[in-house]
Amino acid sequence: MSMTMTQKILAAHCQKAHLTAGEFVHVDLDMVLGNDITAPVAIDSYDQMAVKKVFDTSKIALVPDHFTPNKDIETANLAIKMRQFAKQNQIENYFEIGQMGIEHALLPEKGLVVAGDVVIGADSHTCTYGALGAFSTGIGSTDMAVGMATGKCWFKVPTAIKVVLTGQLKDWSSGKDVILHLIGLIGVDGARYQSLEFTGEGLNSLTMDDRFTIANMAIEAGAKNGIFEVDEKTKAYIEAHSKKEAIVYSADSDAEYTRVIEINLSEIEPTVAFPHLPENTKTFKDIPEISIDQVIVGSCTNGRFDDLKVTAEILKGQKVHPNVRMIIIPATQKIYLDALKAGYIEIFINAGAVVSTPTCGPCLGGHMGILGKNERAVATTNRNFVGRMGHKSSEIYLSSPAVATVSAIQGKLSSPRLFYKGE
Amino acid sequence: MKIFKYGDNVDTDVIIPARYLNITDPAHLAEHCMEDIDQTFCENAVEGDVIVAGENFGCGSSREHAVIAIKASGIRCVIAKNFARIFFRNALNLGLTIIECEAAAEELTAEDELIVDVEKGEIKRVRDQKIYSFQPYPEFLLNMIQNDGLINTTKIKLKQEAI
Ligand code: SF4
Repeated sequence: MSMTMTQKILAAHCQKAHLTAGEFVHVDLDMVLGNDITAPVAIDSYDQMAVKKVFDTSKIALVPDHFTPNKDIETANLAIKMRQFAKQNQIENYFEIGQMGIEHALLPEKGLVVAGDVVIGADSHTCTYGALGAFSTGIGSTDMAVGMATGKCWFKVPTAIKVVLTGQLKDWSSGKDVILHLIGLIGVDGARYQSLEFTGEGLNSLTMDDRFTIANMAIEAGAKNGIFEVDEKTKAYIEAHSKKEAIVYSADSDAEYTRVIEINLSEIEPTVAFPHLPENTKTFKDIPEISIDQVIVGSCTNGRFDDLKVTAEILKGQKVHPNVRMIIIPATQKIYLDALKAGYIEIFINAGAVVSTPTCGPCLGGHMGILGKNERAVATTNRNFVGRMGHKSSEIYLSSPAVATVSAIQGKLSSPRLFYKGE
Repeated sequence: MKIFKYGDNVDTDVIIPARYLNITDPAHLAEHCMEDIDQTFCENAVEGDVIVAGENFGCGSSREHAVIAIKASGIRCVIAKNFARIFFRNALNLGLTIIECEAAAEELTAEDELIVDVEKGEIKRVRDQKIYSFQPYPEFLLNMIQNDGLINTTKIKLKQEAI
């Protein structure tokens, strides 16, 4: 019987020839991830089980990224707990300040995830690695604890929605606009308990960074995972970054999907999600004048090199609007360094933006750019829930780096397409 | 018991805002549970209360602090039209009873008293004895709830394997 791409990966990891949607399975894990918020909770649960050692010291990744460099005593104590656990258990993939980055940008860059893997992470955006053709999904701290102890996790085998991409993105549209468009179309629970499988000839034209952005926000449509068909670009990326062996799974041609959605990339417009849900999307023909106080370019969604590149291209020779604070956060140390070498950091500073060391920071209202009462931000992050970035009356508009940067220059929500037409 | 009633898409950022994620103590987390959408929740919730909500309850971040805060507020059961998937597994993993039942989520009001039978898959509204049925958990999950969550279940399993 036929299976989706996700079902095939899960079947291979529980030694079954076939799985049907709805079945409960215990699967073997290739990587278990946690961060400075979720790992400390998992470590407490892990200790309760009184196991002698973790299942595999090379298959656990611990990344302090949310509140780091530590913003206060409490978060410093959380970091200590994770650091000590990593030391005691000889965790090979612990990334101290200096080596770190936002987890979902860091793991692919370090080659820790490849096609065919099953990855769980105590962070909802673990779905990012679906861009590499892996099954990866967010879970809670308890699952992480049990994952570290046993190397296994329980799952209900999901059904899937197939997303067929055609055409090519036009100027100033990006992976972010594609995923915002899709979430606007199906809603924040449109893919609840399901996989989103991306395929179609339109894939060719998407960069790996576009794909990471799209897979990253699969959870914002409620999906269990987002996964991309593996092509030459994926294989080249994996070869350049990892020594692990990739296994390519593809969906059977007659696999069952609950829904098939076609997206013509050439029709995708720069898109913005209005407060307070990622599904409240609008394109610029429907966007009124909205003045803003802050712009964030960063996060696991859009803090990668391509994102900084487009930001630098737009900001070059320009100034950030006097009413706006612009904060740019490269997602990893390597991205930071590459941006420095490319001359982007100088462009950012000359334009009047600030550049921060890698951190989740303001994305979750942690630190480095919290919003006050009634303030508005345009952010390249992934969530615009009430109070997500600060005061409960503040507002977050989610967009691509291009929209965010043009908005920073104009002092109001603005389209790069209109900006470059001189309108 | 009391019922706290909410709408659709109650996300984990409002269940417990990230500004409190520098703490892990359950009682302390409970003091801030729901405060961005309902100031009365942390003041009034007591042992045995129930949350009734609409669609996609618990969407957003994977923070288990959300389940911990709800449990530590005394909530014994959350009834919703449906749940976001990470919240769903976190709740079961921590032994918090959650029930998907569209009719109950719609009809129950803050004034209702309930009796819940998880094994049978029934919610009884006391005032008129109306029964709301829901699909009982598969054995695997029922087992986990009865063992008070995944950690305990795994502990028992590991012990059995060691013998
Ligand atoms: S950048 Fe934001 S969404 Fe991504 S892991 Fe950090 S807090 Fe979560």
